Amino acid sequence: MTSPTTPGMPAPPQVPPILRMLPAGGYAGRSRMLLLRSATASRRTWMAFVSGFFEPVFYLIAMGQGLGSLVGELPGPGGEMISYAAFIAPGLLAASAMNGAVFDSTYNVFFKLKYARLYDAMLATPLGPVDIALGEIGWALIRGGLYATGFLSVMAAFGLLTSPWALLALPAALVVAFAFAAIGMAATSFMRSWQDFDLVTLAILPMFLFATTFYPLSVYPRWLQLVVGCLPLFHAVELMRALTTGAVHLGLLGHLAYFLVMIALGITVAARRLDVLLLK
Amino acid sequence: MPNVSDALVQARGLRKRFGSFEAVRGIDVDVARGEVFGFLGPNGAGKSSTMRMIACVSPRTEGSLQVLGMDPGSDGPRIRARIGVVPQLDNLDAELSVRENLEIYGRYFGLSRRHVRAKAAELLEFAQLAERAGDPVEPLSGGMKRRLTIARSLVNDPELLLLDEPTTGLDPQARHLLWDRLYRLKRDGVTQIITTHYMDEAEQLCDRLVVMDGGVIVAEGSPTELIERYSTREVLELRFTPEARPEAGVLEPLVDRVEELPDRFLLYTADGERAQAELARAGLTPLSALVRRSSLEDVFLRLTGRTLVD
Repeated sequence: MTSPTTPGMPAPPQVPPILRMLPAGGYAGRSRMLLLRSATASRRTWMAFVSGFFEPVFYLIAMGQGLGSLVGELPGPGGEMISYAAFIAPGLLAASAMNGAVFDSTYNVFFKLKYARLYDAMLATPLGPVDIALGEIGWALIRGGLYATGFLSVMAAFGLLTSPWALLALPAALVVAFAFAAIGMAATSFMRSWQDFDLVTLAILPMFLFATTFYPLSVYPRWLQLVVGCLPLFHAVELMRALTTGAVHLGLLGHLAYFLVMIALGITVAARRLDVLLLK
Repeated sequence: MPNVSDALVQARGLRKRFGSFEAVRGIDVDVARGEVFGFLGPNGAGKSSTMRMIACVSPRTEGSLQVLGMDPGSDGPRIRARIGVVPQLDNLDAELSVRENLEIYGRYFGLSRRHVRAKAAELLEFAQLAERAGDPVEPLSGGMKRRLTIARSLVNDPELLLLDEPTTGLDPQARHLLWDRLYRLKRDGVTQIITTHYMDEAEQLCDRLVVMDGGVIVAEGSPTELIERYSTREVLELRFTPEARPEAGVLEPLVDRVEELPDRFLLYTADGERAQAELARAGLTPLSALVRRSSLEDVFLRLTGRTLVD
């Protein structure tokens, strides 16, 4: 008898050490095929992309230019005076990275999980839960990257990028998007019905409004500052604001570490939960 | 490779528990290369749970299971690379076109772009969907979606095809077209495992089948063997008006066996015409009388005391 392997079918790859903590047999090393799927599908849903780009731009114009004409200047992270638009723009950048990633990894993933049964179809192939988790998070990341690039271009056009460090705002936005996508997907794996998504809104909206997107932390009393200081969006805003205004210091690595922990936690929980949900 | 047995699937004492509910309660199954094997039983018999274990998407609770000579517990991805799965509910990708559904799915198997493009074209012909290749999936009819799902399951040239209730919900014409496609696959040597609660489907398609009920196998054989072993050659179906309906005991002396259903009696006998004549002599006048050949439905009724589709 000849070998029954189908021609052109590669053997499963070696599992990288970092993924060993994930479910066994759950990784075929083909998460990029999910990206290919999403890219193909998005050719028909490009409107969602356009609206995702314009949302922060509208905020920037309404708040930065409109409200900003009343507010005037305020001290930036380095202590120097900056325009209100320059103050909130990095906040909006951080928030749009968060919103895009959360939307993709919660609503979209939940739909595919419970209604379209797309992941069931994928798991009938050699793909495993880890491929799915990484692929979906990766797509949320690509979208987040495109939005961030678009918004940074708008900021540049408005003259709101005052330092070469601003170039690092793009990779920083990707890290932020990655972290929110990973946590979002982990959270989605616990959702039972659409009602549970009210909790997502309940977490995201106050964070958007109060995590120093629109005004500095110093307006809060001390205890509230500590609470806000724990929120992920606060760390994202700090990171972006320091980079776009050039007030860079070593403490930024702390913010970065915050997101790396979120990423590791999110992927581990998401892949394990997908394993439980889909492979029962 | 001399140690490769002919059994593509071999299960011994296979069990599946969900919490305190045991869906599969210790079954032995052997499926040989090239045959079409059926799991026949009502909803909740444990067919789909068994299929999911064979498809390596559901870990077994107990017992041994070998698929293509490998263990689903440790070789899941390797096995899945060589099988095709048609799930009970269509899970086509509604965001992709008909052709893209085949091409992208092929890419999940690690097949090259060029390979899947050629394969998709071939499968679109096979599924009679070539004219709809560029269309979205949603407007397709139920039969077309099913054919596309079957085409999709063939994208990796599987040695073993698992079909979970392939024709449930389809109209008769669509079913016959689908059966024809499955028959062609059998002719091409693709081993198939089919679950169904339709008797005619099992009789049409399966070389060999097991009847499942309540998580166990209650009988095994070819459709003809099962009918011979558990039923008579013919069945006389009688309907009475409620007033004229006799006790089952009155009918029993006339034939080998009587089954009483809510709406009719089934009289099992080698000669239905003769039984009908004796019925008339005994002064019984049914509303309608029909003589037919025994089917797997009768086998099931005999084995479990229940009808398959309520």
